[in-house]
Amino acid sequence: MNRSRRLKLRIFRTVVLLLMGAFFLVPIGAMLEFSTRGNSVTSPRTLEAWVQIAQTPGLVKGIVTSLQLAVITSLGMLALLLPTMVWVRLRLPQISRIVEFICLLPLTVPAIALVVGLKPLYIWININVTPSVLALAFAYLILVLPYSYRSLDAGLAAIDLKTLSEAARSLGAGWGTVMWRIVIPNMPSAILNAMLLSVALVLGEYTVANLLNFQNLQVEVAYVGLVNAGTSIAVAVGALLLAFVLLMVLTLVGGRLQQQNYVPGQRA
Amino acid sequence: MKWSSPVRQLGLAVVAFLVVAACGSSPGASASCNAKTATSATDCGGIDGLVTAAKAEGTLNVIALPPDWANYGAVISGFTAKYGISVNSANPNGSSQDEVNAFDGTSNAPDVVDVGQAVALANTAKFAPYKVATWNDIPAGAKEATGLWFNDYGGYMGIGYDSTKVPGGVINSVADLLGSGFKSKVALAGDPTKSNQGLNGVIMAGVANGGSLDDVSKGVDFFKQLKKAGNYVPVVGTAATVKAGQTPVLFEWDYLSTSHGKDVSTWKIFVPSNAIIGGYYSQAINKAAPHPAAARLWEEYLYSDAGQNLWLKGGARPVRMAAMTTAGTIDAAAAAALPAVNGTPQVPSGDQTSKASAYVVANWSAAVS
Amino acid sequence: MTAAGSPALDTAARPTRGGRLSLSWLGVAPFFVYVGVFLLLPTAIIVIGSLTGPGGGVSLANFAGIDKPFMLKALSLSLSVSAVSAVAGACFGALLAYAVVTGNPNGMLRRSIMSASGVLAQFGGVALAFAFIATISTVGFVTVFLKDHGIDIYPNGVWLYDAPGITLIYVYFQIPLMVLVFLPALDGIRPQWREATESLGGSTWHYWRYVAGPLLAPAFLGCTLLLFANAFSAYATISALLTNGGSYVPLQVQALLTSETEQSQPGLAQALALSMILIVVIVMTLYALLQRRTTRWLR
Repeated sequence: MNRSRRLKLRIFRTVVLLLMGAFFLVPIGAMLEFSTRGNSVTSPRTLEAWVQIAQTPGLVKGIVTSLQLAVITSLGMLALLLPTMVWVRLRLPQISRIVEFICLLPLTVPAIALVVGLKPLYIWININVTPSVLALAFAYLILVLPYSYRSLDAGLAAIDLKTLSEAARSLGAGWGTVMWRIVIPNMPSAILNAMLLSVALVLGEYTVANLLNFQNLQVEVAYVGLVNAGTSIAVAVGALLLAFVLLMVLTLVGGRLQQQNYVPGQRA
Repeated sequence: MKWSSPVRQLGLAVVAFLVVAACGSSPGASASCNAKTATSATDCGGIDGLVTAAKAEGTLNVIALPPDWANYGAVISGFTAKYGISVNSANPNGSSQDEVNAFDGTSNAPDVVDVGQAVALANTAKFAPYKVATWNDIPAGAKEATGLWFNDYGGYMGIGYDSTKVPGGVINSVADLLGSGFKSKVALAGDPTKSNQGLNGVIMAGVANGGSLDDVSKGVDFFKQLKKAGNYVPVVGTAATVKAGQTPVLFEWDYLSTSHGKDVSTWKIFVPSNAIIGGYYSQAINKAAPHPAAARLWEEYLYSDAGQNLWLKGGARPVRMAAMTTAGTIDAAAAAALPAVNGTPQVPSGDQTSKASAYVVANWSAAVS
Repeated sequence: MTAAGSPALDTAARPTRGGRLSLSWLGVAPFFVYVGVFLLLPTAIIVIGSLTGPGGGVSLANFAGIDKPFMLKALSLSLSVSAVSAVAGACFGALLAYAVVTGNPNGMLRRSIMSASGVLAQFGGVALAFAFIATISTVGFVTVFLKDHGIDIYPNGVWLYDAPGITLIYVYFQIPLMVLVFLPALDGIRPQWREATESLGGSTWHYWRYVAGPLLAPAFLGCTLLLFANAFSAYATISALLTNGGSYVPLQVQALLTSETEQSQPGLAQALALSMILIVVIVMTLYALLQRRTTRWLR
């Protein structure tokens, strides 16, 4: 690459990154500014709105509910999807296309449309199974399918599943041992990635919860927005920053794990 | 027979469990108060029996009661302070329709609701009848005969506005709002297809523009024109949006407008002299209330002198006001501080409200979309 | 008979007929049952509900409810806002993705932009709605800042709640989504192509116009379609911002599900939902076809 091209590229990158940086950071900064405003234009900055977060019982309950839903959904997703994908790869490769299609199907059904069909189903669940808000996990598992599938699929493709499982089985391992001690330890970053995408989706989910009359974190944040603008903005920016930190940690940890888990003979 | 002994033991255990469970599942039975079917405090052994049963339940679920709405914040904390029963307040800015939508048969459902006329009349099948101790003080037209619903407080529909954001600093008629100085400034305090306050805002606009309590079409047309002029903001006006400046002109109850003064010092209220629309809200108890005794105790509290005066302090007119003024138990200072009414108020009847609601439900989306 | 690839070994590796086969299918049964109940059943409810006329038989009567002026206006507004935000998001997102991909693949810049994009694209519209209220509402930071410097961004009324405002907010999460989905395609650009162009005497313009451009075009177009579907389906942002209803299809669905309007028009909610699904299915099918073309060259 010659020097003038390198210079032009550098100018291009600087300009684009500066403009985009401003575009994205200004609203975040504005949220921090708004949430620390005093009562009138002249009053000093205050953390009152942030303190109110802990004092708003609905918000605290919403945070706890969403965290519980995130854990249940990501674990449930792993329990349902990973064995199925391993099984399909090993025993029923002819239906892998069908499984892939089904897993990507939720991308084509907007959540706002899906909830129209979920509503009668949830009325039944409310009466016959459980009225708890944690029943939302059933729907969330469907919503996270596409992202988890892609992540786990990439992870499974990178390890030589057939050889590993046959070796383990020939040494007398049961399927449980194969899953728990062979498959899972060999794809840590894919599993972590799938779980984190699920957690991010569940924490940010509003549509299904709102229209099925459940109160999760985002629904509570929206309620608070009608009552106290400062606190709702504080929660919103706090959650965004927290999710960003979590994802950053994942990329750093995941990168390191990827390097540690070199399996000889793996397909690139 | 090899299995008979463990099976017999298991069977005994199951039967014992069921008996204990059956005994344990009717907490009120021992307090001689089956709160679920009590239609007045006497059914519960007097107010003291009701208090005991309610304290045993320990919690009350309420919905759509913002703390600055007719001083509900003080009402709730007063109730908790007096009886030690904690109050779960869900969805503070929910509409009347949202309140009955929350009757889902679970332990999170609201025990009591405070709804507008139309929703109360349409949902009597979901309510339990109850007559509070001060039942006779409530005027005949303001309650359902068996106690399925009964009015609690009311006020007049007005237009609150920030005088610094309005051309000329003052609003003189509802038609002013169609002017160009009101771009993206006018809002309703609720969705008229769900919220009583929103519905009454539309009714008031209709009456002010030549309509009547029987014909709300002029009101819907007014908002259609407002939307066309670009003056309508599709945001529900609340204390937060007023403070944030999103809804500088707001159709809302006069008692709510007065509470905005502390956030926006230049906030004023306009009530059109030819359209003074009064509206009362109604209390009702959930037939499937998770805490039936606490629900009934709450009603007793609201209709006691203390409860009624707290609402009065919030700028609303409590339903027992006439009786309490005669008896001298009214909070005179708060009564004097009520917003003045210059003209003849019109109060839509239950039928008129239901009819208006049906019209709005059918035509609102088309008008303001 | 111990020849390699003997029939006995082959049969052991493949599922056989009879008992062995049905056991294999049992392994995937939980997945199919779950998806059947929670994805296919609701979709079936929507399809059946929308095609069931008031009398009970199969009919398209419910779709007649979409033919009203305000519904068509909601549809056209949803489509136009989605289209504009998709194109704007795609263009700016592609530029940002290119700026990222030309840097250090393991550097902090790439990591932080990818993480930030993941958060903003996935996280949820409620926070974004409040972000924009904090930024450009009448008392927002930017509004006040500009006003103090003499610039009034609302000379003709607040446009935050109209199409321009909604489009701007949508672009805010479209750009990160574009970065996420377009970056892999950009990663597939080989430096050899640039070298080949240069060695044949081509300039940057030639490179983009005749080599990289056509190769990236299917990916770019596909990602734009994905952005369109994303904006069209978005509900959280407009629900949190336009709390008193608005002229967008998802909000019309909300009104039908939560107010009493559904009583007067049963089946309309399902008809509207089915229409949304059909639009998104068409867009996503085109996206999938374009993706297949992309991966031919840019693996």
